[in-house]
Amino acid sequence: MKFGVVTFPGANCDYDAYAAVKHILKEDVEFLWHKSEDLAGCDVVILPGGFSYGDYLRAGAIARFSPIMDKVIGFARSGGLVIGICNGFQVLTECGLLPGALIRNSHLRFSCKFVYLRIENDTTSFSNAGRKGDILKIPIAHGEGSYYNFDGDIKQLEDRDQVVFRYVDRGGRITAEANPNGSINNIAGVINREGNVLGMMPHPERAVEDILGSIDGLKVFESLRSTVSKLKLVS
Amino acid sequence: MGDKKKAIVYVRLKDGVLDPQGVTIHKALMQMGYKDFLSVRSGKFFELEINANGAEIDRQIDEVCSKLLSNPVIENFSVEKKG
Repeated sequence: MKFGVVTFPGANCDYDAYAAVKHILKEDVEFLWHKSEDLAGCDVVILPGGFSYGDYLRAGAIARFSPIMDKVIGFARSGGLVIGICNGFQVLTECGLLPGALIRNSHLRFSCKFVYLRIENDTTSFSNAGRKGDILKIPIAHGEGSYYNFDGDIKQLEDRDQVVFRYVDRGGRITAEANPNGSINNIAGVINREGNVLGMMPHPERAVEDILGSIDGLKVFESLRSTVSKLKLVS
Repeated sequence: MGDKKKAIVYVRLKDGVLDPQGVTIHKALMQMGYKDFLSVRSGKFFELEINANGAEIDRQIDEVCSKLLSNPVIENFSVEKKG
């Protein structure tokens, strides 16, 4: 099993994601350069956090046209597992693999802190190591993380259980105070309809060791591992 | 190289999309005493210099506006051509 971490110019969480997979999950992982046109046989592609191309124009708007993104889009369209974290989520909405958009935080400030997430759907390839209702403590670090979509599309996302993570308070309640950026319905992470592409603003790769303040982010990586293991058994 | 033309592209947030920057600028105006300014919406503009002899230039301008300069999920654009 091999993970790939795409390095865009301006990415700054690529090493964190790499380390989480290699040293904590103890699985194979490789960096994928943004100019590369080859995914090196990876089973999972991680689009990491950061400020690709300085967040110029719109966050993720330029990275979306990197040479490697054609391959990532093709991989995703044929069912490959892709996770976008923070800036990676922005890239995925920009290229249309995920619905909606991430806009400026409603309070305009860059937010860097631990938040609580509730698993809303535990049947996905990215959350099946947890249980619905589990509360995860995972940090955020973004200025443009307010999830936006039109009412009808939000309803469709909710009806189809595509909201995988939601910002909640420590007790698991959905409140305005627990919403760090003004996201509609406290949405922190969404999955595509086919279930193989997930985007989330919080950083699971920054919550994989006690020394980091939480190990709850491991749930995401463990879910991916168990999904890939099952896929490999079948094939 | 032939003649140059210019296209000015304006990108605006769609109605209903929250514009925290505009809201904050409006608050500042209120604080400064400009009470007759009812709201502010912020946006972007781009000045594109274009080879006037390029083929299908209008279609291309439209294409770059919807593919790159704006995000159709949250933004509208308009183009003003000069020269």
